[in-house]
Amino acid sequence: MIWIERQRAFLDFTLSSLWRRKVRNLSLLMIYALIIFLLSSVIFFTHALRKEAESVLKDSPEMIVQRVVGGRHSLIPISYVEKIDQIRGTSSVRPRLWGYYFHPASKTNYTIMVPEEFSQPDDTVETGAGVLRTWGPLWKGKLYFKTHDGEAILLKAINTMGDETDLVSADLILMSESTFRKISGIPEGYANDLSVNIRNERESQTIMMKTVKALPDTRPILKKEIIRTYISLFDWRGGYVIVLLWGALLAFFIFAWDKATGLSAEEKTEIGILKGIGWDTSDVLMMKFWEGVVISLSAFFLGVIAAYVHVYFASATFFEHALKGWSILYPKFSLRPSVNPYQLAILFFLTVVPYTLLTIVPTWKVAITEPDLVMRH
Amino acid sequence: MVRKSTAYLIFLLVAGLVMAGLIFMHPRLQMVDYERGLVKRQHLVRELGLTDLCLFTEARYTRHLSQADLHSPFQDYPMALEHFPSGSLVLPPEHLLKR
Repeated sequence: MIWIERQRAFLDFTLSSLWRRKVRNLSLLMIYALIIFLLSSVIFFTHALRKEAESVLKDSPEMIVQRVVGGRHSLIPISYVEKIDQIRGTSSVRPRLWGYYFHPASKTNYTIMVPEEFSQPDDTVETGAGVLRTWGPLWKGKLYFKTHDGEAILLKAINTMGDETDLVSADLILMSESTFRKISGIPEGYANDLSVNIRNERESQTIMMKTVKALPDTRPILKKEIIRTYISLFDWRGGYVIVLLWGALLAFFIFAWDKATGLSAEEKTEIGILKGIGWDTSDVLMMKFWEGVVISLSAFFLGVIAAYVHVYFASATFFEHALKGWSILYPKFSLRPSVNPYQLAILFFLTVVPYTLLTIVPTWKVAITEPDLVMRH
Repeated sequence: MVRKSTAYLIFLLVAGLVMAGLIFMHPRLQMVDYERGLVKRQHLVRELGLTDLCLFTEARYTRHLSQADLHSPFQDYPMALEHFPSGSLVLPPEHLLKR
């Protein structure tokens, strides 16, 4: 009990001392909380997106086969379907017809696609929620398209994909095969790529090698490579965003180090007086320890809570601008709220612990000096 | 008058409880809504054979990141520099990195 009461007395004294320099300490707290907010937002956001990509893309085709001409993705003849179908282990091969359509009025890129079964007539398209959000005014519920040979066509738009699928479907426009070929100009007998279903996923590597052997101008992309692409993209340790944020974190630590090493004359006098009235060096260090704890722990709580609200309640609004770049269309999505305790622990040890230690070291240097020397200085 | 340490400890307790509530309780409360949306997304991916997330729609190599070829960021001629903002955020697809 005595120990607890003693620590509370230190805490009382520390809080009063901090409050005497409130403008300086509150601004420090705000900057510190902002740094933690940015770091945790990136960590939460990339973690949630990585989990989302893993859960959603596990239903992607087992293998996509592209044709490569001159190092570039090119149209693939539909006759390749038969050759891949003959490879043992494949259960189905389907040509995929998809492409991009740039709508000059809204300056937006859309993905046009032909589903395996399209139940609408040729003059109707099914759109993702983002398409109708960005397209601009519709003429009697119809979208104006320009075909590859310059002809104008109007297609009736129906929104069959709700907001809930926006993360994969925001820019999708589904249409019949004949309408797609009319708009894109992809000739009959060709597709963009082939999607291959494989009976046993463990055989995918072998089937991939057999495909390349049978069709040397193709490049197969396995589902696990698609998923790994997104995992590495959203891996916070490897992301470019975290590299940029490390710069901000280092700048903050230099600032904190500078603040801590250059104890103000007022602080030095305070330490001298405390020693003069009978405080031990260990007492002064304990007070400074509490000062570090109060600032860093408060900043940690404020930063992490704000980051959680930002990512999971406000759909990471601050990152929208960076992710959007020059694009007009950005999906509406809510991420699965989940925080990895390991990441939270790393964040704690990277922010709270170093700052607390940083404030103790320079104080120790002053605290071991004779009190009269410190006060006279 | 309340001691400063008491006020601060109450702040820590409240902040700790809010954080614990957000981290441990909020995901459970959101799970049903989230799962419903996830099932729809998975169904669409399976039905249409989709390969990518619709996050960056500005450039074709970032819209369909996993399907990009090595040259697509540099557009159509050798001196064209990669210039889309999202190009600086993404890494090349896995199948190109391991070559």
